[in-house]
Amino acid sequence: MNFQMILESFPTLLEGVRLTLELALLSVSTGLVLAIGLTVARQSRFVALQLLAKGYVFVFRGTPLLVQLFLLYYGLSQFDAVRASIFWVVLRDPFWCSTIALALNTAAYVSEIIRGGVLSVPSGHIEAAHAVGMSRLTIMRRVVIPVAARQALPAYGNELILMIKATSLASTVTLLEVTGIARQIISRTYAVFEVFIAAGVIYLLINMVAVVAVHVADAWLHPERRRPPNTMPVRNA
Amino acid sequence: MTLTLLSFGPGGWGSTLLIGALMTIAVAVTSFAFGLVPGALAAMASRSPHAWLRALALVYTTLVRGIPELLVIYLFFFGTSSMIMAIVRLSFGYGGYIEVNAFAIGVLSVGLISGAYSAEVIRGAIASVPKGQVEAAMALGLKRWVIVSRILFPQALRVALPGLNNVWQTTLKDTSLISVTGLAEIMRSANMAAGVTHEPFTFYLVAALIYLLFTWGSARLFARAEIFSGRGLKEARP
Repeated sequence: MNFQMILESFPTLLEGVRLTLELALLSVSTGLVLAIGLTVARQSRFVALQLLAKGYVFVFRGTPLLVQLFLLYYGLSQFDAVRASIFWVVLRDPFWCSTIALALNTAAYVSEIIRGGVLSVPSGHIEAAHAVGMSRLTIMRRVVIPVAARQALPAYGNELILMIKATSLASTVTLLEVTGIARQIISRTYAVFEVFIAAGVIYLLINMVAVVAVHVADAWLHPERRRPPNTMPVRNA
Repeated sequence: MTLTLLSFGPGGWGSTLLIGALMTIAVAVTSFAFGLVPGALAAMASRSPHAWLRALALVYTTLVRGIPELLVIYLFFFGTSSMIMAIVRLSFGYGGYIEVNAFAIGVLSVGLISGAYSAEVIRGAIASVPKGQVEAAMALGLKRWVIVSRILFPQALRVALPGLNNVWQTTLKDTSLISVTGLAEIMRSANMAAGVTHEPFTFYLVAALIYLLFTWGSARLFARAEIFSGRGLKEARP
């Protein structure tokens, strides 16, 4: 173990942080939009849409992300039609393939999280909102979404961390994000433990930021937990 | 896409894929079972009266759950052989390259990852058994081991099953990452076949279908186990 080596590998590894964050942020945001679409499809009146959403979730949760990524990046190049199409610009690029694979994958998990949140809204709340004459959109905005978001946030926070960790798979399709660079340094210097510690600390720090962000969002979603404003400190007599 | 590539005859990759699929099951089951050991130990440690044991359990679960699985696998893949080589060099003076068995590395790394997630499940399950159950057993004069095996374990297992199912599914999918160490599980087999035949889509699709079959099948097994373990409870009846 060489402390100097840990410090020396830090700057090189930090060069990969940008790519790791780009992958995570892009795929998490696209995945969220996709997940909302999936949840809507799952609750729709059309059986075909329901089955499609159900099948999607089943397939993407039932197979490893690595297979999904390889199918997209290595697999699709097998077809001449794909290589000739306009999508080839995107599909031959490891960054876009990783982002798409990560987004498609997380969408399946997040749609289940959202569905759980929406189902947790008591039907009495919605009936009460109807009774006071709220429109469908207002009910969604003022009743369903706030309650569902509170319920879903802890699970969503877990998924965020899993996604940040999952960006490391992009190193298997030649991308040099933190794990890719770590592998490169290890194969050059054989300083396995030092590089692992440095890279591990970077991931732990990124995940810590994510955890704090989820905490902040949680506090924001729970206004009832906040201290009421303008209260005088109560002194126990 | 030609089906003859998937046949078991000459020129077909059927047997390679089948062996890969069996290897995936073997390494997944072993990793999951091995992971239950640190998982149970961490669960017990997190309920211990000693602060340092609780801290140890917290460090283990936080570290493993916060660092990418792939990085942990690289650590064990590159780390164990260099460590063993260093020990051998110091004690026997042999300076050659030593490769550690890929299966062992896979089980060690994926097992430790799986254990960190199992720990949470086991801890929650043990906490769910009412205190009165253990107190009643002690009042009856049952031995410690009997209390654990006859009172605590059966009741905790019922609560733990859904969570353990989740951990198992993740572990099964995580084994695909061991392919980077060269262990010929299904992902690696598909890699080899794709490289030789230049039909990556065909073989990765087959690999995906095999994983889907495994996750679907094991989910059904767990569902049956849940029904069985809840047979004494009214609400658990199907």
